[in-house]
Amino acid sequence: MPLAVDWAGVAQQIVAGLSSGGTYATLAVALVLIYRATGVINFAQGELAMFSTFVAWTLTQHGLSYWSAFAVTVAASFAGGIALERAVIRPVEGRPVLTIAIVTIGLFFVANGAAFWIWSPEVKSMPNAFSTRPIRVAGVAFSISDLGIIGVSLLAVLLLWLFFRFTKVGLAMRAAALNPESSRLTGIRVTWTIALGWGLAAALGAVAGLMAAPPLGSFDQNFMQPILLYAFAGAVLGGIDSALGAVIGSLALGVFLNLIGTYVSWIGTDLRQAAALAVILVVLLVKPTGLLGSGAVRRV
Amino acid sequence: MRPARIAAGALVAAAAVALVLLLPHWLSDARAAEFARAGCFFIAILGLNLLTGYTGQISLGHGALMAVGAYTTAILTADHGFRDLWTIPLAGVVAMAAGFLLGLPAIRLSGLYLALATFAFGVAMPALLKKFSGLTGGSAGINLFDKALNRSTGALGSVHVLGRTVATNDFLYYLTWGIGLLLAGAAWLLVRGRVGRAFRAVRDSEVAAASSGVNTAFYKTLAFGISGFYAGVGGSLFVLVSNWFVSPSTFLFALSLLLVVGAVVGGLGSLAGMALGALFIQFMPSWADNLSSAPGAPSVFFGAAIVLVMILLPAGLGGLLGKLAEPLTRRLYTRSQEGQ
Amino acid sequence: MPLLELRGVAARYGPLQALHGIDLSVGEGEIVAVLGANGAGKTTTLRAISATVRTSGDIVFAGERLPRHPEAVARAGIAHVPEGRGTFAQLSVEENLRLGAHVRRDRAGVKADRDRVLRRFPILAERRRQAAGTLSGGEQQQLALARALMQRPRLLLLDEPSLGLAPLVVAGFYDVVSELNEREGLSVLVVEQNARLALASSSRAYVLEVGRVAVDGPSSALQRDESVRRSYLGY
Repeated sequence: MPLAVDWAGVAQQIVAGLSSGGTYATLAVALVLIYRATGVINFAQGELAMFSTFVAWTLTQHGLSYWSAFAVTVAASFAGGIALERAVIRPVEGRPVLTIAIVTIGLFFVANGAAFWIWSPEVKSMPNAFSTRPIRVAGVAFSISDLGIIGVSLLAVLLLWLFFRFTKVGLAMRAAALNPESSRLTGIRVTWTIALGWGLAAALGAVAGLMAAPPLGSFDQNFMQPILLYAFAGAVLGGIDSALGAVIGSLALGVFLNLIGTYVSWIGTDLRQAAALAVILVVLLVKPTGLLGSGAVRRV
Repeated sequence: MRPARIAAGALVAAAAVALVLLLPHWLSDARAAEFARAGCFFIAILGLNLLTGYTGQISLGHGALMAVGAYTTAILTADHGFRDLWTIPLAGVVAMAAGFLLGLPAIRLSGLYLALATFAFGVAMPALLKKFSGLTGGSAGINLFDKALNRSTGALGSVHVLGRTVATNDFLYYLTWGIGLLLAGAAWLLVRGRVGRAFRAVRDSEVAAASSGVNTAFYKTLAFGISGFYAGVGGSLFVLVSNWFVSPSTFLFALSLLLVVGAVVGGLGSLAGMALGALFIQFMPSWADNLSSAPGAPSVFFGAAIVLVMILLPAGLGGLLGKLAEPLTRRLYTRSQEGQ
Repeated sequence: MPLLELRGVAARYGPLQALHGIDLSVGEGEIVAVLGANGAGKTTTLRAISATVRTSGDIVFAGERLPRHPEAVARAGIAHVPEGRGTFAQLSVEENLRLGAHVRRDRAGVKADRDRVLRRFPILAERRRQAAGTLSGGEQQQLALARALMQRPRLLLLDEPSLGLAPLVVAGFYDVVSELNEREGLSVLVVEQNARLALASSSRAYVLEVGRVAVDGPSSALQRDESVRRSYLGY
């Protein structure tokens, strides 16, 4: 043994980090989607995801299996996201970005409050998505749940990529985000592409919430707020206008936070959020556009 | 036209002063305390308005700047023998320095990236306050009631000023709104002068401003500094209004967010709007609380109010005020034009 | 009945009145030019048709009032190639072409058109996977035209296609447009600063001045009229 390093342990921590990173990535892609379509960071993305998760929880309490509830919730969230955009964002579509941002802040309060109003403040627990048994790969025990979460998160993002790359609607959405004026001349209904973007973002958020809830054991209405922060940090690290960057950044962040949380004793688990903030700050200082971003840093 | 504008402006100022002076007669003691708290927000939001409304720079960290002012007052009063009132300008200056620092990223970043940088500052502040516990008292905070009762003006229930005895909450009301009106006047003058024009040039187009010879880096940093001063004064007064007690949990990120909400709902670029915005963030949550005691319901109403104002009033509450006052101001202008 | 008719069309940008009630028409199978100095309202005329600016007055296309939404105008069969070409620089040439056909539902027809377009503009076929922004000015102009053709429009609106391009490239472009007009009956309304070129390629022309029609008539007549040329067209 060259070094007295517990390689198995490191591998497990990396996988666990990728697993939490996967949930951050899904939410981060949702943030990037809306940012690219409207230029706004949707402050309410995490709370909307939380709301979806609670809906799913209610379904499981009424007899649905986890995966049935998952399917129904993701579909309902997609529809809900479109409806929300039509109702609340469409009226302010042409206004300054700051105005729309404030609307999303208002939505944050509404979603959070509504969740407390509808469901009691007691903690809930979500049935497991995957088996909790460990699986041995190359002699190291990994959690099936971790691997499953990584798989689902990557699958969700992959499906989205395929949608954007190969479908007519996906291409129209990309065009509308890049150049709304030219898109209109081509016959693209730009406002509907924005609504669709919100629908997809809401669906992604639901996936993120549904993946994040079971491993927590117990969760309450505030459980998505730290995840929103990490998704943010991941998106900033990867480049806020690049979905691929958001995924890579979030996965890297998940691994990074897990590793320093485990191996650097004075950081531990409380300073996890502070570490994420530090990442944001460092990125802003060194390369604000992130690893893969290419947007204008100075809006001149 | 100019004499008419000055006359209209003077009329508005006089009305505002009269309103501030007379309002407490109709206010209960508890209400006066709430208005005093709104006054602190008013001052902080005035500064934020100068930064975001006039110079076009986003800040999600002004709650943290309020914290700097608040803790300056708390520390100077508790540990260094200052009377609380004298620390107010000092708190402003220290927060102004912090504002300058916060403004340094603004030279290189803009829009979302600047928002992120200030966001990090706003989120980190409570943790920083807890970390440097030797100076700040850590999570327990600083309680001036315990540590410096004799230097906390009005802590015992009433204040003697100008030969009269005033209830503490009324005193705090006059203090905060009096300083607020003064600072609003200063902001009004600033906005009308060369600095204000430079701010607006930076907001409208940095490229155009720079090519006209405006030192954009200087004015951006200046805007951050000045708004920091305002936030610091607001934060300092906040200590007094919060029963002479501060702790890190007084200045969570939510406060920074609330200040931005107040500024935008009030109507960026409108000084009167800032007062309305401050009243909004002070009273809307408690009004929402009164509507329903169910958990979460107040948040829903507060959030819905924010969304509705943004949808229905593009120019914020200040814009609405402007529209309502339009017939009056129009008559003022045309009357004096006829007079000329 | 003309394919496109504008009657008393006015347009404004905020407080600025750009068009003061112009009358204009394009017949089926015609190439019509709109000429005039900068600021005369030429681009605004095209924008009025594609509803990217607020207008008053009547705009009738193929006998029906044209809806006032750009997406609907495209759907009605009008392709507008704006100033600056409007290509999606970050998307590939291929994707730009696909977008051109957005309003169409006939998959087979779209595929056939794409093959035809790539045959007619071989440089685009060569660069089909490249990002559109990496193409030269002339190539981008070809792409803009190709994209518009993918829409299979009845009327093509061209805004200053010669801008920033070498004369040889511009000549080639107008050759293609003329060919499309002759062979396939594509109607064209072209806005041009280069009056000589536009008059040579069109059958009729309108000369705008400060938002009004100053002169109009057959292009050949305008070409011969020295006073018109000198007062309005600068040559």
